[in-house]
Amino acid sequence: MKHRTFFWFFLPTALAMLLFIFLPIVSVVTQSLFVDHQQVFREVENCDIFGCKNEMMIDNEATEALREAQPLGRFAGLSTYFNRSHLATTEVGQAWSGSQGWGEFLGLLINLPFYKALIFTLTFTFTVTPLLIVLGFVIAIAVNALNQKLKGVVIFFSLLPMIVTPLVGSLILFWMIDSRGIIGNTLQYLFANPDLSLKASTGLTWVMLIVYGVWHAAPFAFVVFYAGLQTLPQDTLESAMIDGATRWQRIRYVVIPHIMPLVTFVALIQLMDNFRVFEPIVGFNAEAHATSLSWIIYNDLGGETRLLSSAATTSVLTIIGVAILLSPVLVRTWRDWNRKV
Amino acid sequence: MLKKLMLAAAMTVAFTAANTTFTSTSALADGHAKCGIENGRVNIIGNEFPAIQTIGTGAKACAAGDVKISANLTKEHKNIQVPGLSGNPAEYTVAIVANSSIVPLMNDDLIRPLDDLIAKHGGNFGKNQQITIGGKVMAIGFMANAQHFVYRKDMLEKAGMEAPKTYEDVLAVAKVMKDKGIAQYPFGGAYSAGWGLAQEFNNMYLGHGGKFFKDGSAMPSINGPEGIATLGMMKKLTAYMNPDFLTMNNNEINAEWKAGNLPMMQMWGSRAGPLLTGEGSAPGVAESTVLSGPLSVAGKGIPATTLWWDGFTIAKNISDADAEASYLAMVNAIDPKIMNDDVATQAVWMIDGYKPTPASAGVFATMKANATPYPMLPYQALLHSALGAELADFLSGKESAEKTLADAEAAYITAAKEKGFIK
Repeated sequence: MKHRTFFWFFLPTALAMLLFIFLPIVSVVTQSLFVDHQQVFREVENCDIFGCKNEMMIDNEATEALREAQPLGRFAGLSTYFNRSHLATTEVGQAWSGSQGWGEFLGLLINLPFYKALIFTLTFTFTVTPLLIVLGFVIAIAVNALNQKLKGVVIFFSLLPMIVTPLVGSLILFWMIDSRGIIGNTLQYLFANPDLSLKASTGLTWVMLIVYGVWHAAPFAFVVFYAGLQTLPQDTLESAMIDGATRWQRIRYVVIPHIMPLVTFVALIQLMDNFRVFEPIVGFNAEAHATSLSWIIYNDLGGETRLLSSAATTSVLTIIGVAILLSPVLVRTWRDWNRKV
Repeated sequence: MLKKLMLAAAMTVAFTAANTTFTSTSALADGHAKCGIENGRVNIIGNEFPAIQTIGTGAKACAAGDVKISANLTKEHKNIQVPGLSGNPAEYTVAIVANSSIVPLMNDDLIRPLDDLIAKHGGNFGKNQQITIGGKVMAIGFMANAQHFVYRKDMLEKAGMEAPKTYEDVLAVAKVMKDKGIAQYPFGGAYSAGWGLAQEFNNMYLGHGGKFFKDGSAMPSINGPEGIATLGMMKKLTAYMNPDFLTMNNNEINAEWKAGNLPMMQMWGSRAGPLLTGEGSAPGVAESTVLSGPLSVAGKGIPATTLWWDGFTIAKNISDADAEASYLAMVNAIDPKIMNDDVATQAVWMIDGYKPTPASAGVFATMKANATPYPMLPYQALLHSALGAELADFLSGKESAEKTLADAEAAYITAAKEKGFIK
């Protein structure tokens, strides 16, 4: 392609990326480097329907000039990144020097909001992603072996978890696992324990969220793998059969190598998606037991007093996290591409 | 600048998606000025429950000719109101707020004093309805609310116990009920991690006589004997609650009540009142539901709850014409003439001509007991958020009360430094 043609061809995409990806990131990074101005208080008498009392209020006139001069707030550099709500360098240092062993150190680390969220986020990402790839692959193989007439219906039902809005899907599951719901009640009956509650234990809540994550994302892997299976070279398969390969050997030595690039693709997308896990935590009311980086951002923005800088900082840290997570896959793709060229 | 641009872009998207306009066409047709409004634009943002709906409808009745009145009443009002009033001109001209949600609007200087409008146009409301901050009327209150104790008369009789007056009584009754098998989980409260759980802490902490901040400063003072006693009592109560308590909010507790599973609970007056109608309840539940007053704790005799008001405010960044139109429409909405039997059951109105109904007994008892109003402090919401995120660690048995309170203070201080409340 000529450079000129390429330029005009790529221009709309570049503009859209600039507008919708680059500028927001610049804005978020900028926001994370600033904090609000020092507030000036004054004590005033407040009267409401219940009576009067003296309370502190912000003196808006006094801060007006400051706000006009520096609308972004005070420059804080990277201090928000290192405070207790984020990387908590001081607290981690104290935990490191003050703890006797790894167990105690991890216990102290989990107590800090950012690391608590990070640990759940990583656990979720690294259990859900492989499980959904395996499950998606199994479904794809199974559906592919089905009778042509049945396929349509089965494919539709296999896709349902992905079609249902995440929040609605998690709410449905949340009600089912309630101690008065169908799954929760059955479990109580099976384990003969009327006090068994999936929502009250941290471990079981994590399991529940991970099961939901796999349930929700497996159809995506299934669709991609199923499409890949349609391009399977039939001659190779047939020659493998003539050579006496069992069904398992055919899958292991013909099918899997053929769809390997798709596995990389699914892994890439799902690592990214799962690292941003959010809806199930809200849907399951699970914040007492599990928080994620995205949930922290939501929580900072959702309070009556919004913490914009804190939310921006967590956003930047999430972007960095995704970049680190994807780097091995990206490096591999880059090498493969170079080799081909 | 960039921040404002991004905010504006985000808000445009939010408004297109969320804003519903109810300009009444029939009112447009007659073309006469109503409620004394000649021209102007009125757009209301507020919470969504029956009493606020009544107010919204009342304001919309003033629509005529060029006067367009719309309302966005939604549970998401807290997230929308600050950005929605930040623009110039502001998207919303009226914000219906409570004593906690007026604070972010005050902090950012987004609402205007109403004194000149009151002087010019008057209004059918009492002096006590004027919420005065630093000598200026910033809001007009129209209803009161409070969380209070609710119990089932029949189940209490079955247990052979008196109606509890203190949380210690609740524990004693709950034990009997559990032992006798009257209820599996005898007590309920909105202990869902987050805002609700922190609010229950606030209630209990005030009941213990605790102070949230060191005098005259934004430094927290919750990590003391009162705070530890508060958490101790909450922990004791959770032993008699559904084990899922950290995920249960007002809706779930109310559902348990309607199902007839709960004999005692702490509930908002505005939500407990409708339970008396028996709509959607198991037979016999509504008849024996009693809206009692506030409970006290630890022999202090202080009501372990907070008082709340709801009222309207007018945006600062709008034209005088819009402000006048908004004021007149809202004054019409809270006029004593709106009162009828149905409206009377919706809330504890501060409006003249309102006669208390059985649904308001709990809130009135709370007001009579001189409960503390929820503080209108600029930094209260940050402490509330910090508590909401940290308290679950204690109640789920992961750490000690001291550690949890220290964590909540540390989380609050970090946030308060970012907002410039603490140096």
